[in-house]
Amino acid sequence: MKIVSGLASFIGILFLTWILFEVVRKGAGALNISFFTELTSPAGIAGGVANAIIGTVLITLLAALIGVPAGLFAGVYLSEFGSYSRLGSLVRFSINVMIGVPSIIVGLFVYTILVLPFKHFSGYAGAAALAIIMMPVAARTTEDMLNLVPNSLKESALALGTPRWRTTLGIVFRAAKTGLITGVLLAVARVSGETAPLLFTAMNSQYWPKSLNEPTANLTITIFNYAMSPYADWQEKAWGASLLIMTGVLLLTILARILAKEAKK
Amino acid sequence: MYKRQNTVIEERTDFSSKILLFTSLPFYPAKEEIMELNPIQKYNRALDYLFKGTAAFFALLIVAVMIGILLQLLENSLPAIHKFGFSFLFSQEWNPVSGKFGAASSIYGTLISTVIAMILAVPLSLVIALFLVELAPPLIGNLVGNAIELLAAIPSIIYGMWGLFVFAPFMEKHIQIPLQEHFGFIPLFQGPPMGIGMLSAGIILALMVLPFVCAVMRDVFRMVPSVVKEASYGMGSTTWEVTRRVTISYGVQGLLGAIILGLGRAIGETMAVTFVIGNSHSISPSLFEAGNTIASTLANEFTEADNPIYLSALVSLGLVLFLITFVIQIIAHFWLKRIRKSMGGGL
Repeated sequence: MKIVSGLASFIGILFLTWILFEVVRKGAGALNISFFTELTSPAGIAGGVANAIIGTVLITLLAALIGVPAGLFAGVYLSEFGSYSRLGSLVRFSINVMIGVPSIIVGLFVYTILVLPFKHFSGYAGAAALAIIMMPVAARTTEDMLNLVPNSLKESALALGTPRWRTTLGIVFRAAKTGLITGVLLAVARVSGETAPLLFTAMNSQYWPKSLNEPTANLTITIFNYAMSPYADWQEKAWGASLLIMTGVLLLTILARILAKEAKK
Repeated sequence: MYKRQNTVIEERTDFSSKILLFTSLPFYPAKEEIMELNPIQKYNRALDYLFKGTAAFFALLIVAVMIGILLQLLENSLPAIHKFGFSFLFSQEWNPVSGKFGAASSIYGTLISTVIAMILAVPLSLVIALFLVELAPPLIGNLVGNAIELLAAIPSIIYGMWGLFVFAPFMEKHIQIPLQEHFGFIPLFQGPPMGIGMLSAGIILALMVLPFVCAVMRDVFRMVPSVVKEASYGMGSTTWEVTRRVTISYGVQGLLGAIILGLGRAIGETMAVTFVIGNSHSISPSLFEAGNTIASTLANEFTEADNPIYLSALVSLGLVLFLITFVIQIIAHFWLKRIRKSMGGGL
């Protein structure tokens, strides 16, 4: 029994290190100054992915600006007002469904409401799709973290005459601060690596992102396009971009987990 | 808080005073005059309503988005449903030129790759989670546990890249060709050993589902109270008996939740599968043959859809996928509720 399970765990670790190793090995060669500072270019001509990096940062930031407060407030509703009501159960069921919905379906939905009517792709639509993915995740972690705050704290604040909004926003939030930040960081980390929702909302572009109202360059779709192409230098750039994305996401996740451990102390 | 003040006043009045109150109703002073809120209290009261309203708005927004997705998918797939009817689900044909579409190969691919992934991932994660919680020394348990959670955080496109450029050649050379040499008579192993195909997609999906399912199972096993386990040890059970009879039965509900979570992820996974499944619209009994899933078809062909019927057929595929995940969620909801009732306490 011990041998079998130890072997299984070893296989799991083996695959992780294999993936990390390969991404670092193949991607490190592509990372140089021009990678970070130059525009995406046709195959065979030197270039970088700078516009894609900026595009991803912009889209993820906008998505976080919309998705995080929305998820926070939804989680607050579930924790403060919706613990036992039927509306609360409905909202919880919807959150479960939305977390399980494939991200490409979310992209499809945003395509039908934000791209078809306006007849052009936009970074705004991409940010909306990412925000829709982020909202239920943030709501669920917020609800869990707020439920961990002991009731006595809320009740003593209310007994002192603090209005409802102030106990939640000022006191309960402060008590659950680290958990909330962890949840938000994890949601942002997950969303920044998504490709499918951006496929038909923000598409990709070869130019600097001047305005989000047009197709916006982003790192993940660039990786997709470059990897599926037959050109060796494009594939090398795809590996470099993969290394970049993986490092960013892993750093965010590790930061969130360190914060969570400090909170437990 | 404000309502309670009123009921306290009413509760204090007895029957005769109630009659007096009733007859003097037209002259009863207004609520604000009784309570006499000062400006700060009025401000806080307004903000309280605003606060609850905003919170309820965003909570309902999530419900609205879920319903909106269903409605939009329905509306945009109506042309295809009109043209092909119910046979859309069973037709293998996929011809953008002649305008004839059928979802059978995509649905088949989704099902088969998910089945392969779950067969590989669920027993493995169960065993790994048991190892991490029960058998491993704390240092290794922590290390491996953290590694598994980092695996869960890796974006799916990285799995796709690794799958296409590293794993596929490996599969071709070390697994598919030997399998065909020795077991080539089984129809499962016939077909072009190119490294991509249904089996590779299933294995990569298993690799993606494993960390999620394992992390949740680990948390479930951790929550089993030591008292119960120690009582079982005290009665003379072996490690395996304790694991099987106590730990697993205690956490059955959580384990099912973990499996359903993994199932949802495997069904909807797009990028990793798109890279390695080969994008061919045909159903074949061979595991090495290329195929497609609903998600990979959408990813590959959506931007190339030039006529409305093509687009509508693709949206219908998306509708099918959404309905599958929705039905799984409903089944999970009621199944877990039933288990919770039958198990009484526990998780």
